Amino acid sequence: MSGAAPLSFYIHIPYCVKRCGYCDFNTYTPSELKDGGTLADVSGDYIDLLLKEVEQAAREVPNALPVPTIFFGGGTPTLMEPADLGRVLNAIEGSFGFAPDIEITIEANPDTVTLEKLQALRQIGINRVSFGMQSAVPHVLQVLDRTHNPENVTKATNWAREAGFEHVSVDLIYGIPGESIADWQKSIDTALSLPIDHISAYALIVETGTKLANQVKRGEIVMPDDDETADKYLLADSAFRTGGFGWYELSNWARAGGECRHNVAYWLGANWWGLGPGAHSHIDGKRWWNVKHPTAYRDRMIANESPAQDSETLSAEEKESERIMLAIRMPAGIPLATLDSPTHERLLPYVTSGALDENAWQAGSVVLTASGRLIADRIVREILL
Amino acid sequence: MPAIPLAKAPQPSATDPAQIRNFCIIAHIDHGKSTLADRMLGITEVVEQRNMRAQYLDRMDIERERGITIKSQAVRLPWRSGIDGKEYILNMIDTPGHVDFTYEVSRSLAACEGAILLVDCAQGIEAQTLANLYLAMENNLTIIPVLNKIDLPAAQPEKFAEELAKLIGCKPEDCLRVSGKTGDGVVELLDQIVELIPAPVGDANAPARALIFDSVYDTYRGVVTYVRVVDGHLSTRDQIQMFSTGVRHEMLEVGVISPEPVVSKGLGVGEVGYVITGVKDVRQSRVGDTITTYNHPAQTALAGYKDPKPMVFSGLFPLDGADYPLLREALDKLQLNDAALVFEPESSAALGFGFRCGFLGLLHMEIVRERLEREAGLSLISTAPSVVYRVFRDDGKEMIVTNPSEFPDGKIARVDEPIVRATVLAPAEFIGTIMELCQERRGTLLGMDYLSEDRVEIRYTLPLAEIVFDFFDQLKSRTKGYASLDYEPIGEAEGDLVKVDILLQGEHVDAFSAIVHKDKAYAYGVMMTSKLRELIPRQQFEVPIQAAIGSRIIARESIRAIRKDVLAKCYGGDISRKRKLLEKQKEGKKRMKMVGRVEVPQEAFIAALTTDADADKAKKAK
Repeated sequence: MSGAAPLSFYIHIPYCVKRCGYCDFNTYTPSELKDGGTLADVSGDYIDLLLKEVEQAAREVPNALPVPTIFFGGGTPTLMEPADLGRVLNAIEGSFGFAPDIEITIEANPDTVTLEKLQALRQIGINRVSFGMQSAVPHVLQVLDRTHNPENVTKATNWAREAGFEHVSVDLIYGIPGESIADWQKSIDTALSLPIDHISAYALIVETGTKLANQVKRGEIVMPDDDETADKYLLADSAFRTGGFGWYELSNWARAGGECRHNVAYWLGANWWGLGPGAHSHIDGKRWWNVKHPTAYRDRMIANESPAQDSETLSAEEKESERIMLAIRMPAGIPLATLDSPTHERLLPYVTSGALDENAWQAGSVVLTASGRLIADRIVREILL
Repeated sequence: MPAIPLAKAPQPSATDPAQIRNFCIIAHIDHGKSTLADRMLGITEVVEQRNMRAQYLDRMDIERERGITIKSQAVRLPWRSGIDGKEYILNMIDTPGHVDFTYEVSRSLAACEGAILLVDCAQGIEAQTLANLYLAMENNLTIIPVLNKIDLPAAQPEKFAEELAKLIGCKPEDCLRVSGKTGDGVVELLDQIVELIPAPVGDANAPARALIFDSVYDTYRGVVTYVRVVDGHLSTRDQIQMFSTGVRHEMLEVGVISPEPVVSKGLGVGEVGYVITGVKDVRQSRVGDTITTYNHPAQTALAGYKDPKPMVFSGLFPLDGADYPLLREALDKLQLNDAALVFEPESSAALGFGFRCGFLGLLHMEIVRERLEREAGLSLISTAPSVVYRVFRDDGKEMIVTNPSEFPDGKIARVDEPIVRATVLAPAEFIGTIMELCQERRGTLLGMDYLSEDRVEIRYTLPLAEIVFDFFDQLKSRTKGYASLDYEPIGEAEGDLVKVDILLQGEHVDAFSAIVHKDKAYAYGVMMTSKLRELIPRQQFEVPIQAAIGSRIIARESIRAIRKDVLAKCYGGDISRKRKLLEKQKEGKKRMKMVGRVEVPQEAFIAALTTDADADKAKKAK
């Protein structure tokens, strides 16, 4: 691997105090990992394992340029002691160096942070925080198994500002069973009232194997109609824009300069190394992913083996598919010059129907309108035919 | 012992007609014909005890289905009568048992002088048996009424003896009682065949005339033709000629079945056997045709020859377009053994390339389709069956329409459709239900008779199109399976018929067009449009689904444009997964059929063309 490019890092913290009903992420409660175990029991040596993987990365990608972005995700990264997270940052900086404008993000649960904790996180160099807000409506949060009091989000975001975070983001989820248009409007309005510069808003996906999927299967919960969910997307997009947040990816809006550069790196096909169980990495057209379970990961790391479970080297065609499916999710879109003329022909009806931005089309790009973003996958299939 | 060793029995080609008895067995499918036949093979000792197995002749049916050996169409059974002690030759001629093959049945009957009417005395007579009985009576056959399965606890021989007596005009005590299973009464039956059925009569010195009553393709021998000699003599030295085509053939082999093929020098008056001429296609040796000799040809053919006429048409399309050549090959092969099957290439905008196939009836259609799927390993879509319409246009031109998509759009003066005479036999408690069904299906009551206290025969004329639709399934379900049906074409009649087209976003879907009675057009339109609305996934645009008669829209649904087709999240770990999902969806898109700009999954076509009854059957099969 040459990897002579900036190398971003994703750091996975695979622990949660409890699992939410809709979540299929690679995360575990302490008792799932060890009968009657506490967080300290199960995560005691976790940071050491991560440090070992940083060493592996340093050997594998010796030519990497300084690190532009780092992202702590989970799980619940704020369950870890800030000082421990700091050890990982130090290791990465020691091996690769940090770019001067490095962006370091951490995901946080608005219920469990305190001003002190945020200050400590800021202290170790983290400069962006993303809160899992999901909704401002208690009965909707309940469907998601989220326990927080909506007011905690206001408190947490204000503390984040007070602690000196440059960038503060909230995640919202819509299209939740039992959520009315008015409920969603309330979540939007609440988010817009916060001292933040970034919003992610995702339509709820019922992932197989989750508690939610079982509830839907048993008919206990009825998923809302797709058309209503589409309406909610349009509602949000319009409100965010009015509130000064522009879309820079299908499910992400930001004030100028508030875009998450780490995520943009994913979408532009940059190089990144994912640390921790189940984490994915991408370097120069090769993707690999680590063994999923924390115990399997520990075994590999202790044996000084690579934690990679499997890998794939993208063919030219696969690279092109990824370019199309990722680029179309962003406002720059796909240059028409990179598509052949039969593809232009197939896309024309989407210009007519208003799914593709007509001005952009005239200017030579395939750019989705708000309603077009809702059928992005269909348009990708049309292009890839 | 009444059995005679084969070698000592009267030999083929040299048997006095006075010693011959030709008979068939008329029976419904599970009334015990095969078991009785087994008994006869055993008692006459043509099959040795150690070789005997159940349903001996049926075993050959399976072989025949696979196209391997000669089927046992006419078995020669030597028999010494227990009454006069003389030697006889009994020829048992098999008859196909279904309404679609009435013509073939009539030819088998024409080869006999008598028929055993075999009825399960726990069930009573069924409609098809009755129809074949009437055919036998029309052919002036001597009928021997036989009640089978007298060993069953549920047997009601008195009741059904009355029924049979009434039908054929004999006395109840004239009905023989047998059990194919135990063998009770079978020896007596063989003796009665000798006693009651007349010996064949023919002119041994006249030019040869032989009736073809069956014709089978065999992979190794070519076509094997089953004949009954009426006049003169056929021998291996002869060249023979077919009356209908005038074509001359060499005789390669002549023989009888007993029940394995036995080569003989020839066949004389009244004898039944087979000839092999080396032709490769049953259409060159057709059921009902007369064989004569080339050197001394007869002047007139035996009466009753008819070309098989397809009554029901359907389009057959391979699910995978690449299988089209395989389908052609498979149809060609089936046609070698099925003179009634006709087909020609058809191309459908919706279903691609396939064949428009003509069948004798629904069963024939099912058999052909099943054989194509089973023997050639094809997966097929078939369009809704259609009958043959005669359309008279305003300009006086007349055209035959077997495919609804060819129904003319211009002004139409009149449409004639085929009419059948249907006979339904059922317990009397279902009279009301059956009449209701027949009325719904544009039937006209011809008459009704009680066969016994609680069984009736109901006769209707009905348009064949109504029967083809799902009449039989409805009849069975509404009578809890007790009713039986038979029908025969009796001509054509004008019908108030229209073509209903189905349009997807203004584009005709040829596969869904149907010719229906005016009063049912609306119901058909509503049924199809709502079915399609459920089956076709949402598209980029709103898709109107319309049912139309000409330019008049009679039903309308619409599929709303899709608004959401995107996965919200796409981060580092999602990228591979999402790309693989897209690749899979791309493959799915390739399997879509395009109707104009509308993508229709193949499953939607199959589901839309499947009637509810079919769907139920498929479920039960699983």
